Amino acid sequence: MIQADLNILLPEIVLAVYAMLGLLGAVYTGKDRMAGMLVWLTAGLFVALAFYIASATGTRTAFGGMFIDDGFARFAKVTILLSAAAVLVMSQDYMARRNLLKFEYPMLVTLAAVGMMVMVSAGDLMALYMGLELQSLALYVIAALRRDSVKSTEAGLKYFVLGALSSGLLLYGASLVYGFAGTTSFAGIITAAEGHAPLGLLLGLVFVISGMAFKISAVPFHMWTPDVYEGAPTPVTAFFATAPKMAAMGLFARVVYDAFGGIMSDWQQIVALLSVLSMFLGAVAAIGQRDIKRLMAYSSIAHMGYALMGLAAGTELGVQSMLIYMAIYVTMNVGTFAFILSMSRDGQPVTDIQGLNMYARANPVRALSMLVLLFSLAGVPPFLGFFGKFYVLRAAYEGGLAWLAIAGVVASVIGAYYYLRIVFFMYFGEEREPLDRPQSPVLWGFLVASAGVMTVGIVFLFGIENVAQAAALSLIK
Amino acid sequence: MTVFALAFYLFATCVIVGGLFTVISRNPVHSVLWLILSFLSAAGLFVLLGAEFVAMLLIIVYVGAVAVLFLFVVMMLDVDFAELKAEMARYMPLALLIGVVLLMQFALAYGAWDFAEGAEAARGAVTPDGVENTAALGLLIYDKYFLLFQLSGLILLVAMVGAIALTLRHRQDVKRQNVLAQMYRDPAKAMELRDVKPGQGL
Repeated sequence: MIQADLNILLPEIVLAVYAMLGLLGAVYTGKDRMAGMLVWLTAGLFVALAFYIASATGTRTAFGGMFIDDGFARFAKVTILLSAAAVLVMSQDYMARRNLLKFEYPMLVTLAAVGMMVMVSAGDLMALYMGLELQSLALYVIAALRRDSVKSTEAGLKYFVLGALSSGLLLYGASLVYGFAGTTSFAGIITAAEGHAPLGLLLGLVFVISGMAFKISAVPFHMWTPDVYEGAPTPVTAFFATAPKMAAMGLFARVVYDAFGGIMSDWQQIVALLSVLSMFLGAVAAIGQRDIKRLMAYSSIAHMGYALMGLAAGTELGVQSMLIYMAIYVTMNVGTFAFILSMSRDGQPVTDIQGLNMYARANPVRALSMLVLLFSLAGVPPFLGFFGKFYVLRAAYEGGLAWLAIAGVVASVIGAYYYLRIVFFMYFGEEREPLDRPQSPVLWGFLVASAGVMTVGIVFLFGIENVAQAAALSLIK
Repeated sequence: MTVFALAFYLFATCVIVGGLFTVISRNPVHSVLWLILSFLSAAGLFVLLGAEFVAMLLIIVYVGAVAVLFLFVVMMLDVDFAELKAEMARYMPLALLIGVVLLMQFALAYGAWDFAEGAEAARGAVTPDGVENTAALGLLIYDKYFLLFQLSGLILLVAMVGAIALTLRHRQDVKRQNVLAQMYRDPAKAMELRDVKPGQGL
């Protein structure tokens, strides 16, 4: 029995063993000199595992339902692994030049990836918590990786303290749910929680959702996001904005459907509220930001609002639209952060958006790619970001949440302002001290590739539609 | 009132009083001592539930290791707790208000608590009949919860790696002990024996 169970967990086991071997190997050999090689090796392993996971079919459970390997989990895992690999490769050059590249960095990212994969596959409140903590703890550490910088340390500490608080909320909620259902397994909870939810279960549900909303930085649990995004080293910020968001969204969907699918009307209103608050706060608060990392933090808050809108619809189309939205969001963010990573002046990273003045004259290709990405982030047709928004809006409308869809459109119009302002600076701003000419071909590649996906993808969406639909079907049953 | 109920209320009161004084006592060392009282009483509650192993673990690990470590940290760190307390006092009215509201909400929830059908059965006995407490735990951890057990191991690994990555500094200006060099030291080369004649010196 244990052999079969372990077989299902093979990708996670491979990653965990690789992380341990990598740590040991690097300690006994070149230490930080090995870091560059380890980064590439880790990224290669991520991509290989992503293909391995994508090739599997069917639904399997391990350890008495504690770990679920279905289409939904695989979709999330492939997105997580590919985006993590992309961010790792992008960060190598930046970190090496600033003397930040420690061999622990790729290994902590690997362990965080293991945590995320357990999160999206969790079939039990305890497995959920373990995955969440494994991921979060690794993220706290890499947020504070630049330890001689006060801001980075502050980011790590703030993230740690607030993350511990949110874990506490989640655990308290889990204990209430256990108290009601008498079991922590999702399969047990969904049979116990059917129809009308009693007050105690409702309280537990609210606590669990609050804990998870913190992880996806949905309003009103978003306070940590701008500070952590700003303080953490930029490659780490890029990582925060991609893979963990997908994992937390996957976990969110998993919990509300697999465990609380029987009391849908109860969580639907909570998720809808989180969604509308996130969209508006993300759109309005980003207007005053000058720092592009803080701006991206608010942008990610707003985008999580849209993804939650798909979830709030409570239909199969809703989950499908959420998955498509997240995949597009992650691709856009990889490209955008490739651009942010290449922003520097005299070798020092620049994050002020006014530094971009007249960027288009010196780097026309980069500026054009960034323009495509920003239009796509804002949801301007005909770029892929528009289709992502279109899907969630349609799901919300068909799910009977027309007011939410209308709010989404309004928020997206407000949010377009700050994306377009960056475009304005790049093309029409006044001439000032220019940025360095970017050197790294890797960053250029990711930026242009991501922008290319945003334009070419509108024709056929890379077949992601059908995959996401199959994934959504496997979750909703 | 049976002895069991009496013991339960005694321990439960001690846990709450200990927790309360941990937060409000002025001297941080006293706080840790109150915390130890809390842990010990919680261990008592576990014994009442029939979970002796967890109770012993609580005493050995929490009281024996964690609390003592706390005590060391509190004594050695030079933190001005009075100032922190003053900072906290500023927010006290608001915090109290929120606390009371939360407490009332919980009272509502717990007052109208109802269990799902079959929850009692799903929960099962603390220990199955005929199996020792420790053995039952071992069966659970290494079989049913094997995945969780290994994952918690990974979490501890991350904590360790993180602590090292964030705090270890290789200082160049410190003399370090080289054990091998010390052991392979050759007395013939390191010192010289001379026969000193009385009254002459070297």
